[in-house]
Amino acid sequence: MEAIKKQHELVVSVSPHLKSEETTSRIMWTVSLSLLPAFISGAYFFGPRAVITTAICIITALLSERAFQKITNREDTISDGSAFLTGLLLGMNLPATVPFYIPIIGTVVAIVITKQLFGGLGYNIFNPALIGRAFVLITWPRAMTTWMKPDAAFMRFDAISAATPLGILKEEGLAKLLALFGDKLNLYTELLVGHRAGSIGETSVIALLLGAAFLVYKRYISLHIPLSFIGTVAVIAWLFGGKEGLFTGDPLIHIMSGGLMLGAFFMATDYVTCPSVKKGQIVFGIGCGLITMLIRLKGGYPEGVMFAILLMNCFTPLIDRNLRSKVFGFMKKEAK
Amino acid sequence: MSLLTFEGGIHPPGHKELAEHSPIVDAKSPARAVIPLSQHIGAPCESIVEMGQEVKKGEVIGNPGGFVSAPVHASVSGKVVANGSFPVPNGRMVPCVVIENDGKEEWTTLRDSPDYMDLSPEELKEKIKDAGIVGLGGAAFPSHVKLSPPKEKPIDTVIINGAECEPYLTADHRLMVETPSDVVAGLRVIMKILGVEKGFIGIENNKPDAIEKMQQTVSGENNIEVKALQVKYPQGAEKMLIKSILDRDVPAGGLPMDVGVVVHNVGTAFAIFEACRYGKPIIERVVTVTGLGIMEQKNLRARIGTLISRLIDECGGFTNDGPVKVIVGGPMMGFAQYSMDVPVIKGTSGVLVMSAAEYTPSEKFGPCIRCGRCIDVCPMGLMPSMLSLYSEKGHYEECKEYNLFDCFECGSCTFVCPSKRPIVQLVRLAKSQVKP
Repeated sequence: MEAIKKQHELVVSVSPHLKSEETTSRIMWTVSLSLLPAFISGAYFFGPRAVITTAICIITALLSERAFQKITNREDTISDGSAFLTGLLLGMNLPATVPFYIPIIGTVVAIVITKQLFGGLGYNIFNPALIGRAFVLITWPRAMTTWMKPDAAFMRFDAISAATPLGILKEEGLAKLLALFGDKLNLYTELLVGHRAGSIGETSVIALLLGAAFLVYKRYISLHIPLSFIGTVAVIAWLFGGKEGLFTGDPLIHIMSGGLMLGAFFMATDYVTCPSVKKGQIVFGIGCGLITMLIRLKGGYPEGVMFAILLMNCFTPLIDRNLRSKVFGFMKKEAK
Repeated sequence: MSLLTFEGGIHPPGHKELAEHSPIVDAKSPARAVIPLSQHIGAPCESIVEMGQEVKKGEVIGNPGGFVSAPVHASVSGKVVANGSFPVPNGRMVPCVVIENDGKEEWTTLRDSPDYMDLSPEELKEKIKDAGIVGLGGAAFPSHVKLSPPKEKPIDTVIINGAECEPYLTADHRLMVETPSDVVAGLRVIMKILGVEKGFIGIENNKPDAIEKMQQTVSGENNIEVKALQVKYPQGAEKMLIKSILDRDVPAGGLPMDVGVVVHNVGTAFAIFEACRYGKPIIERVVTVTGLGIMEQKNLRARIGTLISRLIDECGGFTNDGPVKVIVGGPMMGFAQYSMDVPVIKGTSGVLVMSAAEYTPSEKFGPCIRCGRCIDVCPMGLMPSMLSLYSEKGHYEECKEYNLFDCFECGSCTFVCPSKRPIVQLVRLAKSQVKP
């Protein structure tokens, strides 16, 4: 009898009977963790306002996702960590000093319009955090381009405003930038450390690289997009970025300032909105780099990473459809 | 020495340690043998025995139903007591002949050939065909068909597949360690039949003792080489094995013979030797009984038709922690069983009893997050993510645009999917809904 009972309890399912331990939520939480160094550096340089702004984004993200799912009678997916990550990324993409309604509205746009209305996780065309940011940048351009002077004084709520290095480069030129930072070496060092005006999480190149290295080590991201993105930016900056003609630009300034590091490693690599085949990812990265530099050098904004990634998001389905993986044993082009 | 391999693939936990050091022992002869008339790919056999008829061990009880077919033999001596449909490991009901064992273990007359290597290729092929040999790695494709390539497909290389890339299974491993010369003798027969000069034995590097034994056995023969392969699933898939060893790409939709290669499994080579040397039909095979849900993990030489419940008893029964799932075959491509009363058939390489600790529930699955892991691991270079999305929405025709029929269902995509999507299951669904 015991044996028969046992038999009835057997699980019958089709193969494969083994599954890896990787889960979507583990990926999302790990990526969030990898942003911690950059977040800490933002909190260090921009003080409590940075922490509060980011926290508002995260809380709004979780609440609006839950609210949407409640209203539309969908399953609660808060625990998969993707809303948390979107909130965190959006917060890190804002200036620390924005009025509090900006992170709230930006996050609602990101979660409800960009993600949930398109079908939720996996179905959104655009990177939610970047649409949220684009929305508030266009709606409140002044608040979104008023940057705070970095300053390691904790608990300081008043802030002195300052321009970002890319803003200075665009409006006043390299000479002024160098004058402000002393010399080139000092400029590089400050950029590397993140001691400059900018969005909360974008300034510290070192902290971002630390997080990115962790993701690459864990094989959560591959280098195809970041390297082709950053490489393209470097080449274009070198070619056309200088005032004295071709080949006189300074690629390092362009690489280390603005949102490039954050964008290339953490936002352009968003699984859902980037191509999934490696060769397509390279095309995607190059496209991001080209648009970024077009905006930086010729456009009205000093920075173009956000719009570059969003525009390339539009091309993702096209890229995926046309640059497919190479099928084993498929050497000749077949008629069909 | 750098290890040979292919692109893609996964590294599931191997768990070979459970049974790899357990020598092959003969399982008890079953009191009743339930012998399916269709144990192979191709036409089922027709029963030629009647109720109550006395049969001897090795006697033909089912004649092949066509060229792509293989006869089945009595695996015990005794009386035919039933002729009807019974469940088999793949979940179907199949016509079977049931023989009650009289315990006499009387053999039918076998055609012994001490000088079998002097026989002509045609005679050898006939022996293999008569012995009912099919691919023992699991696919169970009739071996004599593989050994009869059309003239326009010249064969230059034979590969013996000792990869045994399925986790847990150790049957081929033990054969290579315990009877290496018989396996090599089988390879020589195959090479002679096909008139081939070059033979390889590909073994995954997690079986160093097998590699060493095989190397010793072939030392001094310059036309047979043992190749160590990287441990990676599905290394034992024919196309992957050929890619690894010869760097040849079997064309999509094609067969190994299209690139001049014939691949046979280690167990098959062993059976081919026994058939040619002793005229012995395939009435038994090595079955790995393993997993943490069984008391003792063993490699048993079991008669075809032995119910797996008998093998489980012989291994001390289930542990208190098990069984949660009982799988015939390996964990990546095997079949979960609802009954323990299914027989061992020619393609049965193992019985895996999973305990609660080893069991991964088939959780609810989430949306595809387009992470691309499935694309990276697909050994066939397909885009399983797209296949699963199209199939999920019922767009089966579109799946063909993504090379649906090149998928051989290894399940690597489903193993790595972080959203736990039933990708390979959706692929199978799509395959069943459209024509190639």
